Amino acid sequence: MKPRLAIMALVAFSFASSANAQVTPERLLNASKEPQNWLMYNGDYAGRRFSALNQIGIGNAGFLAPKWAYQTMAGGKFETTPLVVDGVLYGTGQDDRAFALDAKTGRPIWQYQRALPGDIRPCCGRVNRGLAILGDKLFMGTLDSHVIALDTKTGNIVWDVTAVDYTKGYSFTLAPLVIKNLVLVGVSGGEYGIRGFIDAYDAATGEKKWRFYTIPGKGEPGNETWEGESWKIGGSPAWITGTYDQETNTTFWTTGNPSPSNRGIGRAGDNLYSNSLLALDPDTGKLKWYFQFTQHDEHDYDATQVPVMVNDNGQKLIVQANRNGFFFVIDRTNGKLIRATNYAKVSWSTEKDLNGRPIPSKDGSPTPEGNRVCPGAAGATNWMSPTYDPQTKLFYVTAREQCDVFSTAPQPYEAGHAYYGSAYFPNEDAEPFYGALRALDLKTGKTAWEWKHVSPTWSGALSTAGGVVFTGDAEGNFIALDARSGKPLWHFQCGASVYSSPMTYAVDGKQYVIVAAGSTLYAFGLQ
Amino acid sequence: MTMRMRASWIVVAAATLLAMLLAAARSSAQTKNPYSGDPKMAKLGEFEFRANCAFCHGLGARGGGRGPDLTRTPKKHGDTDSEIFSTINNGVPGTAMPPNGATQQGVGMTEEEVWQVVTYIRSVEKKADAKSLGDANHGKQLFYGSAACGTCHMVNGKGGRLGPDLSGAAAGRSTEYLKESLRDPSKRLAQGISEAMKEFSQEYETANVITSDGSKYQGVVLNEDAFSLQLLDTREVLHLWDKSSLKSFEKSRQSLMPAYDEKVLPEKDLQDLLAFLAASGAGGAK
Repeated sequence: MKPRLAIMALVAFSFASSANAQVTPERLLNASKEPQNWLMYNGDYAGRRFSALNQIGIGNAGFLAPKWAYQTMAGGKFETTPLVVDGVLYGTGQDDRAFALDAKTGRPIWQYQRALPGDIRPCCGRVNRGLAILGDKLFMGTLDSHVIALDTKTGNIVWDVTAVDYTKGYSFTLAPLVIKNLVLVGVSGGEYGIRGFIDAYDAATGEKKWRFYTIPGKGEPGNETWEGESWKIGGSPAWITGTYDQETNTTFWTTGNPSPSNRGIGRAGDNLYSNSLLALDPDTGKLKWYFQFTQHDEHDYDATQVPVMVNDNGQKLIVQANRNGFFFVIDRTNGKLIRATNYAKVSWSTEKDLNGRPIPSKDGSPTPEGNRVCPGAAGATNWMSPTYDPQTKLFYVTAREQCDVFSTAPQPYEAGHAYYGSAYFPNEDAEPFYGALRALDLKTGKTAWEWKHVSPTWSGALSTAGGVVFTGDAEGNFIALDARSGKPLWHFQCGASVYSSPMTYAVDGKQYVIVAAGSTLYAFGLQ
Repeated sequence: MTMRMRASWIVVAAATLLAMLLAAARSSAQTKNPYSGDPKMAKLGEFEFRANCAFCHGLGARGGGRGPDLTRTPKKHGDTDSEIFSTINNGVPGTAMPPNGATQQGVGMTEEEVWQVVTYIRSVEKKADAKSLGDANHGKQLFYGSAACGTCHMVNGKGGRLGPDLSGAAAGRSTEYLKESLRDPSKRLAQGISEAMKEFSQEYETANVITSDGSKYQGVVLNEDAFSLQLLDTREVLHLWDKSSLKSFEKSRQSLMPAYDEKVLPEKDLQDLLAFLAASGAGGAK
């Protein structure tokens, strides 16, 4: 009798919670106030990847243990950061899989896999980083350049729109961003001579509301920063999820490299808006201002790192540890640079302009025989999410110390084919390359501490109110560190390199931490 | 009803047959290089090669620290066009060679682009660098005798295991690379274990360890992560340690292998050793 009552109570509760499960634009605005959930790719609109959950703390992190594992059974890199809404976890996997799981047990509720055409052209693996949610729909960008809405309850397709022709080298890999009733996505394909863009779709119908081309067209300001017709195939993708400031109704997006990535000959000029921070009106897609991190890039220094919003001492900032090796602090009300300090070894820029922005050195260009430049082609960091902890005022970023030899050669553009104009390969430094999680002081940009990785990792980081920072390594470890000192508290061997950014949530008052590694999504909790 | 069912079975059978025929056609298409000898296709292949392969195999396919020299023949993992095609597409399990499109380096290639790369590799191959002038039999005597290579290295199952297994090592590496490995072994450390999805292979680094009870060990790092260490000591004993349990652990990129300069190993003996290694790869002098 008793167990049945309990079950009935549970059923009643789950009905109640599913009735509440509608994610509204207001809930998204206040995402950080419901830390038991994880409502968007980077946790909140500020992109901080900081959780107010504190059940797992410095004192007990050592007792973390695996709670469940979910296998996609797919090969390739598993880059997802899942969402959790009221006890249900929604994630994506390789080859455009999507799934809903019981967040407490890892048991699947539904699973979706897109039937992808055989000739898709994703540059860097058949990856997807996650979903966005609004109401009863989940939104996903696909490798064949569609934007789709899935029913949260069934995984069935509600709408499916073609954004662009994938055969030209376009694809979607990022998690969309929902603002009000719009679904924002940015396109990948900087290796194929695309013309990048950011799109907004009506969440209810899939109707396209606006497109912002990240390369201005003929007659538009900025087009003159491209030589001849090079703007038409100038790349500048936008393949990482943006952030949103409700106060000024501004969404911040970042862009990637100009194409061809390692050959500047033929595209003389600054190449706007490649490698830039864009401040857009989310209702119209109109550009408010921009800041270009790397002018006329020849080293594939995509600026596709999350533009994290930080408020400090009355200052409203965007902070970004850029792939080009500099830590930028920018006034997000006007796009003015406050500070740029290097957080990894840099040789492509040896001086700054009057505003303090690093400018490319003439000696840094790729040459036919090869030119050693730092950071290397994978950058001082890459797309993996950093995290900002308002308690320690430290910005944690996955850094890579690697210089490469950049070589260049002429290459004609051919639609849909790789368009690098280059080759790069590791230099023969005596020291092997390594990675580190670096804790950067917001005020000075200096490294307060670092956790050194045996080799560079593609894992992002998560900070929590418990004073614990989580990250993963290429050797397969998922690691908990003391946010103030960087001391290791706990680790678990996942059996495969981590290519994802961790997140956390709670169900029934118990905190879980999630990371994807290999083909497995792991959930950890206290014993 | 039965008729209709039978009819639908016939449709299914026909469709299956068609699918099988198509698959057969596709796989037979994979056995022949459609661009063989076409210099234009070789040029297109060079662009793909630079974007996808040069990171390890170097400019001009001449080999880098990480990947073999592809201008050499025969190739270790199959020398026909279709074998090279499948090596590129499927990778080489257990080595750092990934399947097409699986890594962060470069882009995935279409079937036609892979054929272009095969065509490019063919166009830069050096025709049989005149059989090594060395004496393979004398090389073998040196290997297991006075040069003492066999103390640490294995060839075709015979020898030590402190250093890399050299069976077939000569097939993928230029003579210059092999010479450098003998004359200056610390310049580029050999690669050890490669784990799927891990970007970098473990290298043959030298390690010195003092355990909590004060015992000292020297050897090579077989594998390592932030928390654990696998050390093969100079007596070929494998140690599996938690790093936190060690009193000290120091790594060095000074190879455990001694440098074989001209005094220790005159040029002629070196050529004989290389001849032995080359012959061992081809299943010759054993």
